Amino acid sequence: MSQAFVQALLAISPLILVSLTVIVVMLSIAWQRNHTLSAILTAIGLNVALLALLFGWTLGPVDVTSVLVVDDLSRFGGVLVLMSTLACVTLAHHYLEGYEGPRDEFYLLLLSAAAGGLVLVSARHMTTLFFGIELLSMPLFGMLAYTFRDRSALESGIKYMVLSAAATAFLLFGMALLYAVTGTLDFAELGASLSTRGSDPWLLAGAGMLLVGLAFKLSIVPFHLWTPDVYQGGPGPATTFLATASKVAVFLVLLRLFQSTLAFHENWWRDLLGFIAVITMLVGNLLALTQNDLKRLLGYSSIAHFGYLLVALVVNEGLAVETVGVYLVTYVLTTLGAFGVVTLVSSPYVATGGMADASPLHHYRGLFWRRPYLTAVMTVSMLSLAGIPFTAGFIGKFYIIAVGVEAHRWWLVGSVVLGSAIGLYYYLRVMVTLFLHEPGMQRRDATHDWAERAGGMVVLGVATLVILLGLYPTPMINWVSWVAGS
Amino acid sequence: MTLVWLILIPFLGGLLCWQAERFGDRAPRWIALGTMLLELLMVLGLWISSDFSLPAEGAANAWTLEWQIDWIPRFGIQVHLAIDGLSLLMIALTGLLGAMAVICSWKEIVQRVGFFHLNLLWILGGVVGVFLAIDLFLFFLFWEMMLVPMYFLIALWGHSGSQGSSRIGAATKFFIYTQASGLLMLIAILGLVFAHHAATGNYTFAYADLLNTPLSETTAWWLMLGFFVAFAVKLPVVPLHGWLPDAHAQAPTAGSVDLAGILLKTAAYGMLRFALPLFPEASQAFAPVAMTLGLIGIFYGAILACGQQDLKRLIAYTSISHMGFVLIGIYAGTELALQGVVALMVAHAFSAAGLFILSGQLYERLHTRDMRLMGGLWGRIRGLPGFALCFVAASLGLPGTANFVGEFMVMFGAFGVAPWVVVIASAGLILAAVYSLFIMQRVYYGPPAEETPLAGLDRREMVLLFGIVALVVFFGIYPQPLLDTSAGAMQIVQQSVQQAGAMMGGAQ
Repeated sequence: MSQAFVQALLAISPLILVSLTVIVVMLSIAWQRNHTLSAILTAIGLNVALLALLFGWTLGPVDVTSVLVVDDLSRFGGVLVLMSTLACVTLAHHYLEGYEGPRDEFYLLLLSAAAGGLVLVSARHMTTLFFGIELLSMPLFGMLAYTFRDRSALESGIKYMVLSAAATAFLLFGMALLYAVTGTLDFAELGASLSTRGSDPWLLAGAGMLLVGLAFKLSIVPFHLWTPDVYQGGPGPATTFLATASKVAVFLVLLRLFQSTLAFHENWWRDLLGFIAVITMLVGNLLALTQNDLKRLLGYSSIAHFGYLLVALVVNEGLAVETVGVYLVTYVLTTLGAFGVVTLVSSPYVATGGMADASPLHHYRGLFWRRPYLTAVMTVSMLSLAGIPFTAGFIGKFYIIAVGVEAHRWWLVGSVVLGSAIGLYYYLRVMVTLFLHEPGMQRRDATHDWAERAGGMVVLGVATLVILLGLYPTPMINWVSWVAGS
Repeated sequence: MTLVWLILIPFLGGLLCWQAERFGDRAPRWIALGTMLLELLMVLGLWISSDFSLPAEGAANAWTLEWQIDWIPRFGIQVHLAIDGLSLLMIALTGLLGAMAVICSWKEIVQRVGFFHLNLLWILGGVVGVFLAIDLFLFFLFWEMMLVPMYFLIALWGHSGSQGSSRIGAATKFFIYTQASGLLMLIAILGLVFAHHAATGNYTFAYADLLNTPLSETTAWWLMLGFFVAFAVKLPVVPLHGWLPDAHAQAPTAGSVDLAGILLKTAAYGMLRFALPLFPEASQAFAPVAMTLGLIGIFYGAILACGQQDLKRLIAYTSISHMGFVLIGIYAGTELALQGVVALMVAHAFSAAGLFILSGQLYERLHTRDMRLMGGLWGRIRGLPGFALCFVAASLGLPGTANFVGEFMVMFGAFGVAPWVVVIASAGLILAAVYSLFIMQRVYYGPPAEETPLAGLDRREMVLLFGIVALVVFFGIYPQPLLDTSAGAMQIVQQSVQQAGAMMGGAQ
C-alpha cells in the first residue's frame, strides 16, 4: 500500500467507521433485538469515529480520490455532525423506550444519515454532493415517519419526502445544465469556467437551480414551506437531527460552493442573495410570532437563523468563513438544548394517534416550578437563540453584525437588528410561559429521573457549554479562526 | 480585584438567595439585604480611601482604580474595569437603592421569594457592570444583560394593571425597546472598531484607544446617533419613551425603584462616558437637537403627568420630565451644567424612589393605584402623608432639597450656552409644581372615600423613608461631597466638549 493510500484511508476513517457501525448494529439486531445494546453500539461507533476524526487532524488536508477532500473545514463540519448525532442517540434512547413497535432500526437510520452528513462536508464534486444529500435525506424520511401510527409523524415524513424529491430534481437539473456547458462536475473547475463564462444563461440557470435545491434543505424563503409542519410532526429525536446535523452539513457544502464555484463578485448576484437573506429573516421571524406550538415556533426560528447566516455568504470575504463557523457552533449547541428539552418532556413516547410530542406551548406552562433545572436549560437556549449577552448565541450574532458592518452592508445589518427585535417577542413569550404558574392546564412533564439519563446529561452539558462559551468564547473563536484561516 | 468583587458580589448573592429559599422566606431577604449592604460598604470604603482631586491638566482620564485582563484576544477585547468619581457615585447609589428595593419588597413579595431576589440582585450586578466597564464590548454585554432579570421582575411579579394592559405585555415592550436600540449601539460600536482597525490595523474595544479614532464627519455623525438612540431609549427621550409608563405601572415596587433610580441613570452615564467623549464634534453639532428633545420631554412628561389617574404612571411621567433637564445639562457641556447633571441624577434617584416606595405602600393598604379612589388619606394613615409631602416637594425642586441644587446648576450652567432653552425650560418648573400639587390634592386632601383608619407605618417603613428624606435634605443643604467626587470626571468630559467647540469654531 502506498503512503498516499494509507493517508487517504486514515483521513476518511470517520466515514468508514460510521458505515461499519451501521453494519455492526444491523447484525446485532439480526442476532438479538436489544434496544439498549443497539443504542450503546451506536454511541460507541460514533465516539470512535469522532476520536478518529480528531486524531486525523494531524494529517493536514488530504485529497481522498478526486471527489472527496478532508480538510479543516470538513473536519470541523464532521465534529458538529457527529456531536449532534451523538446527542440525538442519547435522546432517542429515552424517547423510544415508550414506543411499542421496533425501536432498534431508528439507530440504523440515524447512523446512515450521519454518514451522509460526513460525505457532504467533504464533498468537492457534484457527485459526492448529490450522494451526500441523498444519503442524508433518505434515512430522514424514515426517521420523521418512524412513529408512523401518529398521523402527524406520518404526515411530516411524507411531506418531507415529496418536497425533497422536488428539490432533488432541481439539484440534478442544475448539475446537468452545468455539466452540459462546462463538461466538468468538479467544484474548482466549475468555478473556473463560471468566472470566465459567467454570463452564459444556461450556466446561470444551472447555478440557480443548484441553489434552489440546497435552499430547500436549509428552508430558506421561499422554499421554507415544509419546515413548520415537518418540525411539528416529526418525533423529537428525528427533528433534533434535522435541525442540527442535517442543516450544518448542507450549509457547509453551500459554503464550499461559495468559496469555489459560486464565487461571483457581480453586484446583482450579491443583491439577489442579500434580498433572499432579508426576506428569510423577516418571514421566519414574523411567522413565528403567532405560533402556539413550540416545535413549529422553533421551526420558524430556524428559518430566521439561516437568514442571518446567509449574511456571511453574501459578504463572502473577510470574516465570513469564521462567522459561519462560529454561528454554526452556537446554533447547533443552542438548538440541541431547545429540542433536547422538548424531547425530554415528550419522553418516553406515548402513542396518541395524533400528535405524540409535547409540542403545544401550554404543556410547558409553569415548568420551572416542577423541573427547575430543565427549565433553566430551556431558558438559556431561548436567551441564546435571541442572542442575549453571556450566552453563546450572542457571540454568533456579534459575528453576523460584525461581518455586515465590516462590508458596509447596512441593509443587511439593519434587517438583522429588525429580525432580532421581532424574534425577541416570541422567545420571551416561550420563556415567560415556563415560569407562569397557572394550575389546571393540561401539561406534560419530563420523567423524574431525566437528569440521570444520558439524554438529560447531554442537555445539561449543552446548556453549560452555551453559558461557558458566552462567558469565555476565546477557545471557540481561536479554533474556528484557525479552521477558517488555513 | 475590588472592582471585580463589586460586580461579582450581587451575582453570587443572587444565587445564594435562590438556593436559600428552601430555608424559608426570610433567608433570601436577609441575604439580599446583606449583599447590598456589603456592596454599599465596599463602595463607601473605596470613596473614603481614594483620592478624587482634580486630574492634571490635559489628562485623558481620572481613573482612581483600574483592573484588566485579556478576554477575547482575537478582537482585542479585554475585561477592563475602571472607576472614577462619576462611576463611584453611581455604584454607591446602586448599592443604596438596591438595599431599599430589598426592604420595600419585604412584605409586598410573598411568592417565589428566592427567585425574586435572584433577579433583583442580578439587575444590580448588571448595572454595576455597566458603571465599571470601559471596554466597549463588556459595557454592551452588561447593558443588554441587565434587561433579562428586569424582564422577569416585571413579567412575573408585576401587577396586572389597569385597563387590560398586562404585565407580560409591558415587560416585553420594555425588553424589545431596549434590546433593539442596544443592537443599534452594537452596530455603532462595531463601526467604530472597524474604523479604528482601518486606521491602525488593530482590533480593539478599549475605551482609551477608541477615543482617538480618526473619523470622517458623516461616519462620526452616524455612529454618534447609534449610541444616542440606545441611551435615549433608556433615559428616556420623548419620541422613544413608550415603554416607560407601562413598565413602571406594571412593575413591582422594587422594580420601579430600580428602574427609576438606577436604570435610567445608566443612560445618562452612557452619554457622559461614551457618547460625548467618543464623538465630541458630532455631539457638539447634535447638541441643539438634543436640547430641543430635552425641552419637549420636560413639557410632554409634565403635561401627561397631570392627566394620569394611575399614581405610578404619574410618577413615571414626571421621571420623563426630570430626565429632560438631565439631557439639557449633558448637551450644554459646561462644567457647571455637567456637575448639575450628577447632582440631579442622585437627587432624582432619591425622590423618585421615595415616591415609588410610597405608592407601593399605599397599594399594600388600599389595593389600588387609581387616584380617583383615593383622597383624604391625610387623616387616615399615620405618618405616610407627611413623607409624601417631603418627596413631592423634592420632586418639584423646592430649595433645600437636592433636586433644587441639581436643577439650578443645570439651568445656570446651560444659560451661557443656550439661553433660550433655559428660559423655556424654567417654564416647565411651573408645570412641575402643578403635577406635584395634583398628587397631594388628589391623594391626601379632599373628601375621604371612607373614614376607617388604615394601618400606619411600621418601623421598617419608617426607617426606610426617614433615611431617604435625610439624604434628600442633606445633599440639598450640603451637596459639596457629591460635587467634589465627580469634579475630576466631569472636567474631562467638559474638556473634550470644549476642544470640539474650539475646533468647530476654528473651522468656521
